[in-house]
Amino acid sequence: MDDIRLLPATGLEGLIAQLRSRGYRVMGPTLRDDAIVTGEIRSASDLPQGVGDEQDPARYRLRKRDDGAYFGFAAPAQSSKPVFFPAEEVIWRGRRDTAVTPDSAASASTPDNAGNPTTAPASSPHDPGFTVERDQLDAPPIALLGVRSCDLRAVQIHDKVLAGRTYIDAHYVTRREATFVVAVACSDPAATCFCASMGTGPRPAATDPATGEPSYDLLLTEIAPSDPDRHHFVLEIGTEAGRDVAHAIDTAPAEFDDQHEALAVTAHAASQQTRRITAATVRDDLRASAESSRWEDVASRCLSCTNCTLVCPTCFCTTVEDVSDLTGATAERHRVWDSCFSEDFTYIHGGPTRESVKARYRQWITHKLSSWEDQFGMLGCVGCGRCIAWCPAGIDITEEAAALGRMRAGGVLPTGDHVPTGDHVTVTS
Amino acid sequence: MTDHAHHHGPAAQTASGMEQAAAIEPASGLEPAAVPGPALAEAAAPEPAPASAARPKLAVWKFASCDGCQLSLLNCEDELLSIAGAVHIAYFPEATRAVVEGPYDLSLVEGSITTPEDMRRIHEIRAQSGTLVTIGACATAGGIQALRNWADVDEFRSIVYAHPEYLSTLDTSTPIASHVDVDYELRGCPVDKRQLIEVLAAYLNGRKPRIPSYSVCVECKRKGNICVPIANGTPCLGPVTQAGCGALCPTYGRGCYGCFGPQDTTNTASLTTQLVELGMADADIVRVYRTFNAGAPEFEAAGNAVEAGGAR
Repeated sequence: MDDIRLLPATGLEGLIAQLRSRGYRVMGPTLRDDAIVTGEIRSASDLPQGVGDEQDPARYRLRKRDDGAYFGFAAPAQSSKPVFFPAEEVIWRGRRDTAVTPDSAASASTPDNAGNPTTAPASSPHDPGFTVERDQLDAPPIALLGVRSCDLRAVQIHDKVLAGRTYIDAHYVTRREATFVVAVACSDPAATCFCASMGTGPRPAATDPATGEPSYDLLLTEIAPSDPDRHHFVLEIGTEAGRDVAHAIDTAPAEFDDQHEALAVTAHAASQQTRRITAATVRDDLRASAESSRWEDVASRCLSCTNCTLVCPTCFCTTVEDVSDLTGATAERHRVWDSCFSEDFTYIHGGPTRESVKARYRQWITHKLSSWEDQFGMLGCVGCGRCIAWCPAGIDITEEAAALGRMRAGGVLPTGDHVPTGDHVTVTS
Repeated sequence: MTDHAHHHGPAAQTASGMEQAAAIEPASGLEPAAVPGPALAEAAAPEPAPASAARPKLAVWKFASCDGCQLSLLNCEDELLSIAGAVHIAYFPEATRAVVEGPYDLSLVEGSITTPEDMRRIHEIRAQSGTLVTIGACATAGGIQALRNWADVDEFRSIVYAHPEYLSTLDTSTPIASHVDVDYELRGCPVDKRQLIEVLAAYLNGRKPRIPSYSVCVECKRKGNICVPIANGTPCLGPVTQAGCGALCPTYGRGCYGCFGPQDTTNTASLTTQLVELGMADADIVRVYRTFNAGAPEFEAAGNAVEAGGAR
């Protein structure tokens, strides 16, 4: 069984060092303030060993575990989304040219696709034109350490959305290039988790269902954290790069029982999950619910604060903001995270197209659990439960989906395939 | 007791909603592109101030306020020379005694209207200002002094002052937009200096200011802050408060105090429910809605609702 090996708990240090020595910037779970977040991991001491969490609607608390588990918690406060898709980045900088020469004023060059500084054509002999500099990324490749199945699936969804269509996000592609993934099989789901019902966890699929590419280079399952003598990881190898790393560190061959023990960890984790979404019917439930009275109900609770979208590992909406200095001599275009819950998100001439909160919530949940499939061929929810835990009003996507399903089944709404028109549900691209 | 909602013209709110959608146009006759001056990034070595005729005349006015917003302008240390190069500071008593007569191309107005004399003065200022921008919670929502709107002014005047008959004051503190047309309202107690520079830059370049109206939560999440009410039970007004401060308090583990007033979509009833669940007493909930933006209609209504027993 060459694809499965054993890594002693003390061997994490060697794994991290090995990845760093290969030039990776290792990003994984670490403690900051009152939560576990994704941050840079320089040594095993950066990992939240012995720390667990409790997550409920509108509530997140760290707790001290009575064992030495390195990964004994559920979804961190933020996924790895910002690693590849930062909250704010500069797209380009522009500088008004100061010197006016007959040559420069008359020249008409086009922007350089390679991103080199170029002089834009001047509109008149009196206008000196301007120079555009695209932001150049110069960052080491990323190794994700301890990424959970839900968040790994979310990265695959982003690969499709941001890098798998006609127009690609160049910065995302650059950041994703040569990513090394050390996934972790989830052992301790929170009350907010529902990945098992979405088919996105707690054990990551070996391959990306959309592309067939391996999901991870290495997969860790943490075994016996309460027994210092036995505490170790079952290490499953997903790629040749993963095998190379596994054989370069302190690992030993595994037995059949070891794999069985690893599978038992995630089977138990799945059995612990209390929330669920009926993935088989939710798409149609949402399509049939465009005029549901439920939207008024949820809008009375929704704060339009945007937290659900900003903690969601698959939400990808952005806006661009242009800034200039006092004189207009320099300008920058920033791309920033945006949210369908903000009024300005749908602002066009005359006002927002989704002025009411119920229209915004309906758009968000319908996109996530229904029209995402029409658009991208999969649902946009991975069951991480962050939108439940980090909603200050404790709005529960599983309960909202279930209520809509119940109301549809109970005939509160016109049944059948009422397909909402563009007036009701707008697909975000 | 004064129901001061009647003192708010609709302009007070449309100014924050609709006006933000429009570019701040420089006063007619100005050619923003022709305004010379150094770039912000080169502030260390500014160009000498060009001929004043080419620069818009700036006036900074004070009404009932603490001067903190004017100080935010003076606190623009690195950018101050650039500002002085880009605009002609014609009237700014906080900074200089030199006074250049009006009219002024751009007036920044700090403070609220609390006296009959100020009611008259703001009309004069409006008349001699091309563009009028209010700066801060006092000018935009009435400020902390709007607490008088719920109190008996005659009573505390008689207690505080030896000769209350010398005072001429109003029963209310009201925002500038309740009295005159306002071209743009900049929120905050005090205003954020980066936003203030952004408004000036937008004015000089004839473009829309990049001033968001969404919640403080957006700034927290973009910064990677951990949500304080969720992760440690600290009450926070962030979900109903407009961004702009850079989520200053939550960044240091405190709840938001609502200094920038209501965000564009404000569900205070839902937030009140959460504040109750976090253990706040009704009187404390009333108090958090009635601070620097007590007079902002959404916060005013929220505090009144809790006071009337609507929290539970």
